[in-house]
Amino acid sequence: MANRRAIWLLLALLLASALYLAWGLRQPYGFILSLRGTRLAALALVGASVGAATVVFQTIVGNRLLTPGIVGVDAMFVLIQTTLILTLGGIGYTALPALPKFLIEAGCLAGAAMILFGAVLRAGAADMTRLVLTGVILGILLRGLTGFMQRILDPSEFAIAQASSVASFNAIDPVQLAIAAPLFAVALVFCLRLAPVLDVAALGRTHARALGVDHDRLVLLALALVASLVAISTALAGPITFLGLLAASLGGAMLPNWRHALLIPVAALTGALILVAGQFVFERLLGLQSTLAVIVEFLGGLVFLALVLKRRPI
Amino acid sequence: MIRITDLHLHRDGQPILHGIDANIPATGLTAVIGPNGAGKSSLLHCLAGLTAPDQGAVQVGNADIAKARPADRARMVALLTQSTPALPRLTVAELVAFGRWPHHRGRPTRADREIVAQSMDAFDLAGLAGRRVDTLSGGQRQRAFVAMAHAQSTPWMLLDEPLAALDPKYARDIMDRLHGLSRPGPDARGIIVVLHDLAMAARYADWVISLKDGRLVGNAPRSDVMTSEGLSALFESDIIVEDLRGRPVVVLA
Repeated sequence: MANRRAIWLLLALLLASALYLAWGLRQPYGFILSLRGTRLAALALVGASVGAATVVFQTIVGNRLLTPGIVGVDAMFVLIQTTLILTLGGIGYTALPALPKFLIEAGCLAGAAMILFGAVLRAGAADMTRLVLTGVILGILLRGLTGFMQRILDPSEFAIAQASSVASFNAIDPVQLAIAAPLFAVALVFCLRLAPVLDVAALGRTHARALGVDHDRLVLLALALVASLVAISTALAGPITFLGLLAASLGGAMLPNWRHALLIPVAALTGALILVAGQFVFERLLGLQSTLAVIVEFLGGLVFLALVLKRRPI
Repeated sequence: MIRITDLHLHRDGQPILHGIDANIPATGLTAVIGPNGAGKSSLLHCLAGLTAPDQGAVQVGNADIAKARPADRARMVALLTQSTPALPRLTVAELVAFGRWPHHRGRPTRADREIVAQSMDAFDLAGLAGRRVDTLSGGQRQRAFVAMAHAQSTPWMLLDEPLAALDPKYARDIMDRLHGLSRPGPDARGIIVVLHDLAMAARYADWVISLKDGRLVGNAPRSDVMTSEGLSALFESDIIVEDLRGRPVVVLA
């Protein structure tokens, strides 16, 4: 039953992908297909990365409301980009070759995310209010710092910083995509290998330890994977705060239980489907090219509010 | 046998356990009693190896439990803590099956599934196998968690206040089953239970450990520890232990 739902989800993603590639296709086919193919691959990769990372993160912190974005990773990304623009200058930043730019951004973000997760977890993973507040306050702090740095930038550099702080799939670099894809595949395989022990971890730290799980090692490993997945997707396209919550909540709702061997791929497929189908509707049917991230944030925000008001922490 | 030697534990600079020395017999039911804040739960966590003591050691069989690898530790001692998590959408059978994790590490065999079925039978859960844990009554839910600890197939089962919030019927039911498991025999387990209910301790315990302010007050057969004088001094309250048809009964004076 649950496996069948995952297969339906995969078929829906394939259908959305086919529609995205073929709808309104005209000459020159090869060129247009290559452009659409790159964008499609980026959409699927970002959606799947964020979906899988969110499920693993939620299990480790023991809270089905939180996402890496909510606890300040997105604000951290904007701060890193602004710092790069400030230090390299607008021209230096835009002239950075794709490979070093991606590696610098993804590397800095992965490292910073690990520090951020450590700070948030120390605040008390079981105390939801404290966790959310810590994440929100860290986000405000980082945004404040970013705002201060952006005031020092000249107007053209400021425009670059503003443009790079919003998720966009209109200018995906194929080189970055070629690096991101194998990294994502490796991280996803590791996540799936952790799936059985994540089921035990979902019982909570004490119960998991009583059942022989080396919980501290698991947390470190899982957070490193989450940081890698989030860094890959954010460096590729930019931050979409609530996409993970949307993918994990909708994916989880489709399944009868929280078995991670199925939950991780289903959340990944859901994340990919949201972005691919959403981009198809906005780009092909409505002719609007830059509103998908806004709509995802809006819907994700509504889901977050609904879950908070429902007060079901797990 | 569990050997506790000069056990000291501090938390946030405050002493929790002071130089506990005790031996706990390998079979039978041992009750850990004492007033609030006596260090009962902390002692249980040390016995399970989840909390490393600042000084001293806990020997389970021949192994120093604090130094054992996590999986080895979970094959020696099963611990059920006071708080059980909310587990939406998890069925009773799935919950009990988690008890086999230390043995199969994610690859359950037919033998694991048979042991899970036996644990479900031992706690009368076979009829509830497909029920979601979050839809069970308090007594059924607690029984399911105890069955999970049972499925670990460890020589020792440690339970921290398993009767909290249970009515007498469910509380007796769980204690009857634990008492049965602790009787001498080829599958006998050493059962250690933190109990606030002195009537239950008097009714079921073979051996009693009493703690006060982190210090060991008593460590002896039930009849030696659960006396009117002993319990009155331990809880700083008038408590009478009477014999009723050959069984001790605890009464608040």
